[in-house]
Amino acid sequence: MYCTEEPILKVNNMVKQFGTGCSNCFNLEEERLEKNYCPCCQTVYACQGLSLELYEGEILGIVGESGSGKSTFMRCLYFDQEVTKGSAYIRAYKKGQANIFEQNSQQKRYIRNQIMAMVYQNPYLGLRMNFSSIGNVAEKLIASGNREVSYMTSRASELLNKVKIPSYRIREAPQNFSGGMQQRVQIAKALSNNPPILLLDEVTTGLDLSVQANVLDLIKRIQRELKISMIIVSHDLAVIRMLADRTIVMLNGKIIEQGLTDQILEDPQHPYTQQLVHSLL
Amino acid sequence: MKAYNFAFFDEGSKREIRRATVKAISIPGYQVPFASREMPIARGWGTGGLQLTLSLLGQDDIVKVIDQGCDESVNAVNIKKFINKMTGIRETEQTATATIIQSRHRIPEVELRADQILVLQVPIPEPLREVEPSEYITQRLHADQEYSAIWLMLFEQIMKHNKMTTGADHPVLVHQRYVMSPSPIPRYDNCKLHNSKALILLGAGREKKIYAIPPYTTVQSLAFNDYPFQTEDFSGRTCHLCGASAVYFDELIDEESGHKYYQCNDSSYCLQRLNQELL
Repeated sequence: MYCTEEPILKVNNMVKQFGTGCSNCFNLEEERLEKNYCPCCQTVYACQGLSLELYEGEILGIVGESGSGKSTFMRCLYFDQEVTKGSAYIRAYKKGQANIFEQNSQQKRYIRNQIMAMVYQNPYLGLRMNFSSIGNVAEKLIASGNREVSYMTSRASELLNKVKIPSYRIREAPQNFSGGMQQRVQIAKALSNNPPILLLDEVTTGLDLSVQANVLDLIKRIQRELKISMIIVSHDLAVIRMLADRTIVMLNGKIIEQGLTDQILEDPQHPYTQQLVHSLL
Repeated sequence: MKAYNFAFFDEGSKREIRRATVKAISIPGYQVPFASREMPIARGWGTGGLQLTLSLLGQDDIVKVIDQGCDESVNAVNIKKFINKMTGIRETEQTATATIIQSRHRIPEVELRADQILVLQVPIPEPLREVEPSEYITQRLHADQEYSAIWLMLFEQIMKHNKMTTGADHPVLVHQRYVMSPSPIPRYDNCKLHNSKALILLGAGREKKIYAIPPYTTVQSLAFNDYPFQTEDFSGRTCHLCGASAVYFDELIDEESGHKYYQCNDSSYCLQRLNQELL
């Protein structure tokens, strides 16, 4: 039996390297790197030929130790960084026929504004800290072409309400907020124009447990209600266990194992995954 | 021995500035970098406008210089004197007589004609500067036509004050492409940019940028659908000297009685009305 469903996002053989590469590391198959680092030319291979698929309404988890290339992958996908090689196709963009990495910067901006949204680990990257929270949410709507103040204010307050920012604080700047609140403002902003793909990079890292539970709950609810596809990066297996349908394990810029989340957590195959699962407290 | 070439600059410098000007006219609203010259007045005092004016002047031109609507203010007089010393060409205070009008922060009340050029002095040419300090990034934002930050700024003003509070320098969209800073002209003057018969050139000497609005170009002031762009409201006010209405006024206060009265901001317009020189 094979899967007839068409993925909403498909990434093929994505490579991101920092440095020029040399004759020693030119062929990645030969495995001459120290982890992801070439000792000859100091090139770092953050992502070494990643391929994955994301289906509609699913949450795909990516786990791996720090430095394994998770965040670089997300940043490349959101065009914060340029990929070295590889292709990606989005069903909602030119019927999935165009490699999004090869689009011009106006088109990339369009994809960023209309089709994707990103929640960064550090809210300072995703928000304008000295603008009002309602303005921050509206920014995404403005970027996607909305010019109706009344609609934007009502949409923004509705979302901020949904992420439990008290209504008397929505005109306040996120710099006055706690970390958890800032993260929730980011989520509200990301959701504002109902993007089909949501990228979440370590959203709960650094939050205390009760706030973490709130944010996770929110993400789960959003996925159920809005059927948004998500890629969620975390080094925390508990988060992955709770949220992800499918999980990818990364190590040194490569995918070493993938499958259903339960399967990976209960029956890890790769020695690194085994170590990771067993070191769970 | 003649100390200076006609119009201060050597011909090479004039050509360089004109070359940037031609490019600016070809791409309406786009800021063209140029090699801003050292001038005998300080940067930030109209050197951008002055360089444009000097590069364009010919023997037959008649020049008018305005500072905040006034022909007689120190800045305008000094620039006029300098131009006169360097070229010996005629100067005027009448808008209709001038061929080149250099202005700071105002567009004259008398409608400009196709054979006239308006040169505006610009302190900050970059409309995105307030939200993005890096020139490297603003250039990319212009290339991508990504102006949400400016819209967000206007949105924030509406959130705080329930209206857009740009006093002057309200950003405009030129020819459906570039968002441009119109220089700190009042919102009242923004409407005169749209489909202007005269060529409008804007020069920023300190920031080393030249940009332009060619004649008959679409210029829209940015505004939301449900919060339309509004000019300053002068309804019910008249000039205490010439009795003009529906022009841009200065608000003055009688220090003894404390009551407000209004006067045309455009001094030559007011004077010409008083002399009954305008039809």
